[in-house]
Amino acid sequence: MELFNPHSNIPFMRWRKVSVAVSICLIVLSLVLLATRGLNLALDFTGGTLVEAEFKQPVEIEQVRSALDSAGFENFTVQSIGGAREAAMRLPPMVKGEQGIERQREVAESVGKALNAAGLDAIIKRSEFVGPQVGKELAEDGVIAVVFVILTIMLYVAMRFEWRFGIAAIAGEAHDVIIALGFVCLLGLNFDLTVLAGLLTVAGYSINDKVVVFDRVREIFRSARKLGPEDTINKAINNTLSRTIITGITTFFALFSLYFLGGPAVEGFAITVIFGITIGTLSSIFFCNPILLWLGVSKSDLQVVRKEDPELALRP
Amino acid sequence: MFDLPKWKLGLVAVLVILAALYALPNAFPEQPAIQISANRGSSIDDVLQGRVEGALKGKELAYFGLERSEERLMVRFADADLQLKAADLLRDELKDKYTVALNLATTVPGWLQSIGGRPMTLGLDLQGGVHFLMEVDQEAARVKLEDRYVNDIYQILRAEKIAYRSVSRARDGLTVQLLSAEDRTRAVAELAEQAPDLTVELVEPGDGTALFAKIKPEMIVAAQKHTIDQNITTLRNRVSELGVAEPVIAQQGQTRIVVQLPGVQDTATAKKILGATATLEYRAVNDSANAAEAAQSGRIPPDSRLYYDQQGTPILLKKDVIATGDQLVDATSGYDQQTATPMVAVRLDSAGGRRMLDFTSENVGRPMAVVYIERVPEFRTINGEEVRSFKETQTVISVASIRGVFSTNFQTTGLESSNYARDLALLLRAGSLAVPVDIIEERVIGPSLGQDNIERGLEATLIGFLLIVIFVIFYYRVVGLVAVVGLCVNLLLLFAILSALGATLTMPGIAGIVLTLGMAVDANVLIAERIREEVRSGNSPMNALKAGYEKAWGTILDANLTTLFAAIAMFAFGSGPVKGFAVTMFTGILTSMFSAVTVTQLIMAMVYGRQRKVQSISV
Repeated sequence: MELFNPHSNIPFMRWRKVSVAVSICLIVLSLVLLATRGLNLALDFTGGTLVEAEFKQPVEIEQVRSALDSAGFENFTVQSIGGAREAAMRLPPMVKGEQGIERQREVAESVGKALNAAGLDAIIKRSEFVGPQVGKELAEDGVIAVVFVILTIMLYVAMRFEWRFGIAAIAGEAHDVIIALGFVCLLGLNFDLTVLAGLLTVAGYSINDKVVVFDRVREIFRSARKLGPEDTINKAINNTLSRTIITGITTFFALFSLYFLGGPAVEGFAITVIFGITIGTLSSIFFCNPILLWLGVSKSDLQVVRKEDPELALRP
Repeated sequence: MFDLPKWKLGLVAVLVILAALYALPNAFPEQPAIQISANRGSSIDDVLQGRVEGALKGKELAYFGLERSEERLMVRFADADLQLKAADLLRDELKDKYTVALNLATTVPGWLQSIGGRPMTLGLDLQGGVHFLMEVDQEAARVKLEDRYVNDIYQILRAEKIAYRSVSRARDGLTVQLLSAEDRTRAVAELAEQAPDLTVELVEPGDGTALFAKIKPEMIVAAQKHTIDQNITTLRNRVSELGVAEPVIAQQGQTRIVVQLPGVQDTATAKKILGATATLEYRAVNDSANAAEAAQSGRIPPDSRLYYDQQGTPILLKKDVIATGDQLVDATSGYDQQTATPMVAVRLDSAGGRRMLDFTSENVGRPMAVVYIERVPEFRTINGEEVRSFKETQTVISVASIRGVFSTNFQTTGLESSNYARDLALLLRAGSLAVPVDIIEERVIGPSLGQDNIERGLEATLIGFLLIVIFVIFYYRVVGLVAVVGLCVNLLLLFAILSALGATLTMPGIAGIVLTLGMAVDANVLIAERIREEVRSGNSPMNALKAGYEKAWGTILDANLTTLFAAIAMFAFGSGPVKGFAVTMFTGILTSMFSAVTVTQLIMAMVYGRQRKVQSISV
């Protein structure tokens, strides 16, 4: 069975000005969103207390809010999770005073008491407290991890292919991660460690996609004598198109089942990766390849590399 | 390429069998169980077994698989409900003499366990429990260390009769003010000889009478480590009494301690653990009265108090305290050169040393004991107000006779084993003035939430997997079917490696598994698409198959290596859950390269390689 015309010859590179313009717009939009609205950083990064409670009777968020209000809590947020019987409450880190830590530890219990005092009959399902220092360190570690993952990828691609491919790959990676971040920001997703893991996955996965296309570009450059750079890239994209879409479909099977069935613990992860991989797949075609073209990739650059390929020896 | 090398077939077969073997323990469900261990003065014996069985039968609580060893008794139950009821019953029945803990007993057969087969442990997010991250107050630890050296310098200067104006703490060291330049020269020489842990520098501006003694960085690191060990010891003691089945109490980084208590839901209990503090008292033993008699009759000499040691033997100690825990500077275990027996060397500060000198000069030849006192905060609600009180337990941890007159430095020699010496030194350190710890992270995950997470995660993985399988077989026919076999081998390998590594399965870990599955499919899609291309361009079926694998391999290798490097960077620079995710991803890429290429190629060779003439490839 074939879902796609194997002899397709779509002139992707003809639209490169438009596609790159769209990409740049999306990046700018994402950056603006990140700068103005900011990420909805989770407890993992900001520090503070999170309490998840389950109620015997369905409750209104307002009831929970006023219960906490009258118990004297400040600057908290209440969010309903999984229907009217469960709510997540986030409280900011307390000022570390004389008994700062001691009091902080008791926040979760006092929240439970406040809810029960207001007659809401709550069971605390989960409570988390993260100190501001730990949060800061995690955030720094996270940023460092993303930067190093991206740098490692660039170095490897530049080594295995050629520096132009390295640049194109890195531009694509930055593109994907920034836009995925913008998306997280737009949805107001709670940016926690699983969403961070999702972003790192997007980075890893989308590079997989880019390498597959680049690999074909290199192959066609080396084998076809008459094709110019633009036609070469077009042909490479068309040749790998069927694989791109089939792999996309299978990955989405896994991710959508995770999103719909995996429960709230992985929802943030799944939605980030679904969006990120879509963007990543599109950018391998519409963003990285135009950059490769503009950087002036040509046949001669790759011909030199063709010494005895050491990888052939490794072949199973 | 498509002939079938026997060694390769053998290698793959062996690997798959090994993988199946090590993945197998995950298929055995764990059973709810109760673990009973003896506290001091009790033992695990027939009497206990009789009592436990009698109590359970009395309430008609069905149990099975009773196991007994030197240290513990384990009883299994059919479900968690029975287990909880039985635990309450047994706690009432056995009171303080035994610790009753909820546990999960493995059903993995013995032969499998003996070759190292074990199931993956579930993370707290899948199992429920509490997690704490604590940080040792570094400032307090430093002050404590500096105070100790201030004391040392005082003593050296006094002993050498060097006149000084003051010794005071300064950042990362101590400032010593002497009276003259000559005194300073002598002080530098003496300190260099007697206090090798300090780097002495002259403070040049001024009248040439000051010097700065810097504490060597390795000493600061060692002191931090001691503080951590000390706190870990206190925590271990508490947790083991609480009866948590598989607690994690470990150092993280240089100044942090992670405590994970699976199954514990009650934060008040957990805080009890954390609030425990310990101290020490050195007391004289009253050897003129019979302790056992006193314990039975209740007639205790007025100048004494009745204590018990770790074995529960009564012992009478004088009421006067010789030295206390906050006067103990350090305790280390080692070997005594003269008697070649394990020993513990103790250092007291000068105040403790003076009292010790006074005491020992009058009591050579008589026994002295160390009492370990633990204070556990208790929270009780009285009239709606939460009241905090302390529960104290006092245990004699060491009795030794005084061999000579000593003050700040002395040794307890002739200990029964080096393990005992190490434990004693740890306990002594735990009882010295503890540096406060702050809780910097706390997570409590309800058991129902954990159960929910694991069920949903498994369901999602299974359905995702099934959808992929159906699609791939439908779209790529025989090649797709072979790919699915490769995918199953991949899953088997991944589970086997993660289990054997002792990895903990968490929610991000499950996400990582689902993702590597998706990526493993990509390798097979690449191969299948290549084969189709080759068939379309008019190659013979056999050549198309060969060329398909050959050409796809380069792409697969490059793509996977890039992702592999990303996983390594993620592991190296990430922390916590990101690291767990990276491990799954790293392992998954390796196993998927093997199973998606090598394994499928072998199967292809078996399917098509033996036919004389291959008419067509089903792809």
